[in-house]
Order: sequence, then C-alpha cells, then structure tokens
Amino acid sequence: MSQSLKVPTMAECMAEGRQPEILFWVGSAGSYDDRAKKITRAFVKILNKANVDFAVLGTEESCTGDVAKRAGNEFLFQMQAMTNIEILNAYEVKRIVTACPHSYNTLKNEYPQLGGNYQVQHHTQFIEELINDGKLEVGNTAFKGKRVTFHDPCYLGRANEVYEAPRTLLRRLGVDLVEMKRHKRTALCCGAGGAQMFKEPEKGDKDVNVLRTEDALKTKPDVIATGCPYCNTMMTDGVKAKEQENNIQVFDVVELIANAENL
Amino acid sequence: MNIIPNILFAAALILGIGYFARNVKKLVRNIKLGKDVDVSDHKEQRWKNMVRIALGQGKMTRRPVAGILHVIVYIGFIIINIEVLEIIIDGLFGTHRIFKSLGSVYGVLIGAFEVLALLVFVSVVIFWIRRNIIKLSRFWKAEMTSWPKNDGNFILYFEMVLMALFLIMNATDVVFQDMNSGNVISQYIAPWFSGVSEGTLHLIERSAWWLHILGILVFLNYLYYSKHLHILLAFPNTYFGKVNPKGQLNNLQAVTDEVKMMMDPNVDPFAAPEETGAESDVPDKFGASDVQDLNWVQLLNAYTCTECGRCTSECPANQTGKKLSPRKIMMDTRDRLEEVGKNIDANNGVFKDDGKQLLGDYITNEELWACTTCNACVEACPVSIDPLSIIIDMRRYLVMEQSAAPMELNNMMSNIENNGAPWPYNQMDRLNWKDEN
Repeated sequence: MSQSLKVPTMAECMAEGRQPEILFWVGSAGSYDDRAKKITRAFVKILNKANVDFAVLGTEESCTGDVAKRAGNEFLFQMQAMTNIEILNAYEVKRIVTACPHSYNTLKNEYPQLGGNYQVQHHTQFIEELINDGKLEVGNTAFKGKRVTFHDPCYLGRANEVYEAPRTLLRRLGVDLVEMKRHKRTALCCGAGGAQMFKEPEKGDKDVNVLRTEDALKTKPDVIATGCPYCNTMMTDGVKAKEQENNIQVFDVVELIANAENL
Repeated sequence: MNIIPNILFAAALILGIGYFARNVKKLVRNIKLGKDVDVSDHKEQRWKNMVRIALGQGKMTRRPVAGILHVIVYIGFIIINIEVLEIIIDGLFGTHRIFKSLGSVYGVLIGAFEVLALLVFVSVVIFWIRRNIIKLSRFWKAEMTSWPKNDGNFILYFEMVLMALFLIMNATDVVFQDMNSGNVISQYIAPWFSGVSEGTLHLIERSAWWLHILGILVFLNYLYYSKHLHILLAFPNTYFGKVNPKGQLNNLQAVTDEVKMMMDPNVDPFAAPEETGAESDVPDKFGASDVQDLNWVQLLNAYTCTECGRCTSECPANQTGKKLSPRKIMMDTRDRLEEVGKNIDANNGVFKDDGKQLLGDYITNEELWACTTCNACVEACPVSIDPLSIIIDMRRYLVMEQSAAPMELNNMMSNIENNGAPWPYNQMDRLNWKDEN
C-alpha cells in the first residue's frame, strides 16, 4: 500500500517564507536503517493525519554525535553538534520531536551547552499531547486485548525519567499492558547503548539483548513494544535468537498507534 | 582519688581522635588531587538530595531486606552514639553515669539504646549470614576476594562486639540494674552473671566499659583503611553527586574552545599562537588515564563506595559475563588514589612517577569498552556514585589521546566524519525513506 507522505523540508518551508511549528529530527537510524525507516514513516503518517505543521532537515540533517560522545570522541561529537546547531539556529527552530531517545537525550541535554536551546520531545510525549489536545483520535486496533510488554529505552527512561508517556499510549490502545519484572528505572538495557550498536560485544557468556528478551518472554507477550530504533533492532534479534519470531512481534509504540489509525 | 584511669582515658581519646584527624587530612589531600569541578549550582536540589538519599536513606530501601536492616543499623549507630557522650564525660572526670540524674528520662534513653543495640546486633548477624552462608552473588564477584571480602566481615564483627560490650556493660553494672529503669534488655543478661562475686562483676563491667570505648576509637580509625568510610562520606557525596539528567554527559570546554576556533572563518590559521597564557587553557591531556585526571568529585565517589555491589548486580555487561564491574571501577580508582597518596607521602609531598597508572594497571580497555552507558549502576547506587563518568573519561583518553578504540568504532566514527551517519550511507540519501515502503 504505497502511500505518499507529506514531508516538507526546512529549506522548502523557508523558500515558501513560512516557519513550521515542529522540527521532526529523524536521526541516522530513522533515515537509513530499514527497520527504523518504517517507524519514521509510521510517525509521519500520524503527523500528517493530525495535520501537524512540521518539517524535517532532510539532507541537511547530520548525526547528533551521541554515539561518538559515548565512544569517547568528544571532538567528533562537538563538531557534529556545532554543525547541527548552526543549521537549527539558522532556521530558528524552537521545538524538536524525535523518535530516537539517543537524539532526544543529546539534543535536550547536551546541545544547550554548545548554544543549541530547543524544546525537545520524544515522539511518545508528542503523540500523547496530540491526543490530549484532541488533534488525534486513537481508533480501533488489531492489538486490542493483546498482551504487550514495554521495554524502556535507557535514554528515555533512566536517562531522562520518561516512563509514563509510552505506557499511557499503550493503555489508550486498549492493549493488555504487562510489565517485565525489571521495568522503568530498573529496566535492563537492550545492549546497544554507549556505541555497542556498532561493535561486537566483549567476551562474556551471553548477549545482553538475549537476556533482555528472556525478561520479556517471561511475560508471555504477543508484542514487545519499545520506543527506540536501537532497542527495536536488539529485541528483534533477541526474539530471533529465541526462535520466537513467529509468535512475538516487536513494534515501536508509534507503529501500534499508526495501526490503530489504519494508516 | 585515683586519677590514673582518667589520664589514660584522656590519652586514648586524644590518640584516637588525633590519629583519625591525621588520616582525614590525608583523605582530603588525596581527594584534592582531582581536577577542579564547579559544583556551586543547584544548591537547593543538592541539599534535598543529601537529606533524602543520605540522611533519609531514600535509596537503600529499594531493596527492602538489606534496606530495612541497614536503616536499623544506621539509626542504631547514630542514637547509640549519644551514649558515647556520657562515656566520654565519665571517663574524663571519673564520674559514673553522669546523666542518670535525668531520672526517668535517662531510663527511657538507655532503654531505647538497649533495644537498638539488640536490633543492631541481630541485623548485623543477618548481614553476616547473607554474606557468608547464603552467599549473595554480589558479595562473591571477582573483585570481592582477599581484603575486600575480609573487610566486609571485620566491620560486622566490630559491630557485633561493640553492641555486645554495651549490653554486657549495662548488665554487670550493679548500680544501673538496681535503678531498674532502662535495663530493658540487660536485665535478661544480668542473670548470666548471678554466681559472680561483686568484685568480679565490677571488673567485668569496667572491662566492658573500657573495651567499648576503646573499640569505638579503634573502629573510628579503621574507617580510613576500610570501605566503611561511607558512614561519613555518604553525606558530602550525595550533596556533590550528579544533579543533571542521568543521560547528560559533561561537556569538555577545552574541546569546545578548539572546535569553535576550527569552525570560525575569521581565525587566521597561520597566526602565531597568543602568548598571553591562552595556552594554559588547553589541558595536557584529554580524558583520564590516571586518578589525577579525574575530578575531585569522582575521587570522593571512590572513597565513598562501600562495595555493596548494587551497581554491579544491575550492570548488563556484568550480568552477561563481561569483565566490567562498576564496583571494581570505583575500587580500582580508590586503590590507585591510595597508591598515589602513599607515593606523595614517601617523596616529601611530591608525586614521583612510578610507571603505573589507573588505565592498564588497574582498569583494562576490555572493561571500559563493555559499558552500554545505560546508567543502571548510577541509578542503583544508594549514595549517588557515578561510575559511568569515570568510564567515559577513560574512553575519552583512549580515543582522543591514543586512537585506541575498537576497529569497528573507528569505522563508525569515520563514517560520521565523512557522511554524517554512523553507517556508510550517502548523506544525500538521508530523505529517501520518504518515498520508500
């Protein structure tokens, strides 16, 4: 079901002489990773449906530098950050929404010291706001009554103490939200943060994503929901490692919402 | 009147407190070896953190069994120490139970101390059982052998003996038992000594009294050599602990200055460097390879760690068999800092290069690269220690000074440099998702 999305860029908006309310920060994973691109598209469908006045940077966007900073390369991080800030400030961006908790954390917490001050939201927070403002209605969903467990992304949860927004959305969908034993501030990492996504793990007796998937499997879920493209990859791989891919699906919360909207 | 005991007591007191003060000075000197860091912000929040986390034990009870037992020992420790005041006055002036003139209040006070002493004794026994019989895994990790393991048990023995001496002292005190007020627990211990002559009873009472106060002085001095410093340092540590969101890593201003200069089109690349001390702003190294490269709050963190292992038991890398243990990062930092401190003492106040450093000799690259920066250790620490900040500072040294990142990470970083994404995709393709399915 090919469907054209309305995705204006900041450059186009500027050419038209208008200032969009929201900048959607897509992030590198959301732009290039095949699985994450679906999340990006699902979120844009919702933005379109709710008639949100937004734009993306498109080819002017560049990696936030989160992963470089956590790998210890402060130079590369700051080069990325300052280049991005220059562009964001040139477009007079005030509000940013992103579907990646790593971008969220970096833009919100680490850009201000380098001159980038924006109001930054995770997509689950933003969608919750849309619903509360009556701009978006959540319709019926195939996931109603299904057992869904939510895996807290570290950079959304512990790092920024956003625990409720994704859960509120899941409850709105009428799913049977089942919590893992370790959740919210004690949630186990998926194993991808701190630049681990891009390297082989050190020698050990197990992979972190498998351990986390085992946590999830104990809740006997139909769906593992999360809110981070890295977590999504790790949990998907974990489910495959446990040979459960025919029984359990891994979705971003926004995909479940988009499904409810029949988008 | 025989004043020899009073003189002996005063001497013990001066010696005990004096030696402790000397070690505190050394402790402060060692902590100050760290780099300066601005902690003058968020004053209100910092006080709140200290009151909630240290004074109120706010994070201890997240693990209810250990937490409640710890609260008992903590309250016992503070309250029973009021009794030490009486012991000191009695000891110095040769009085006996100077506060007993308080009458019924005294009974209530000592009664409360006795109940707490018993509760502390029981709690400490349970702690010992958890460590040595049940063998909770966090007390048996790789870094918990030899001294750290013994240290943990010594502290428990100390506390058991001190509490027992306090109760025996009361039980064998004929005058106190005759008052029959406040001997809530000791009245049940007194019968154990029923066949003993009055003289022997007095001797036991005096011995218990002396051993109790000497034990406290010895314990006070044991602190510096043990993980037990947390009973004092938890307070400053929770005050100076992180107040920003956990996800926020600190900004390196020296890097900011350089990057700004690189990006400033008005800078003359061929200009001679300014001579007016501008050079002094550039640090001699980026990141940390030894304890002096860390900031003093990180060093305070290391002295505050009591090796409870909550961090390590929550660490995803450790749980999956990797070498990284956040507790070990803190223990290594402290051990190295102690080594540097002793080096300074031995060399007339100046550090003499000993060919060793924190990185490599204590903490390996393998441990540092296993971290997922998930902040589970930071969240778990009941006294606001931040092992992650040390890991990041050491990664910074590895990457910016030594280019010693794992190869895959070097590839990832050159991708970011070349095409603005950690993967090797063309930046011009960044919006392609729009038209894909």
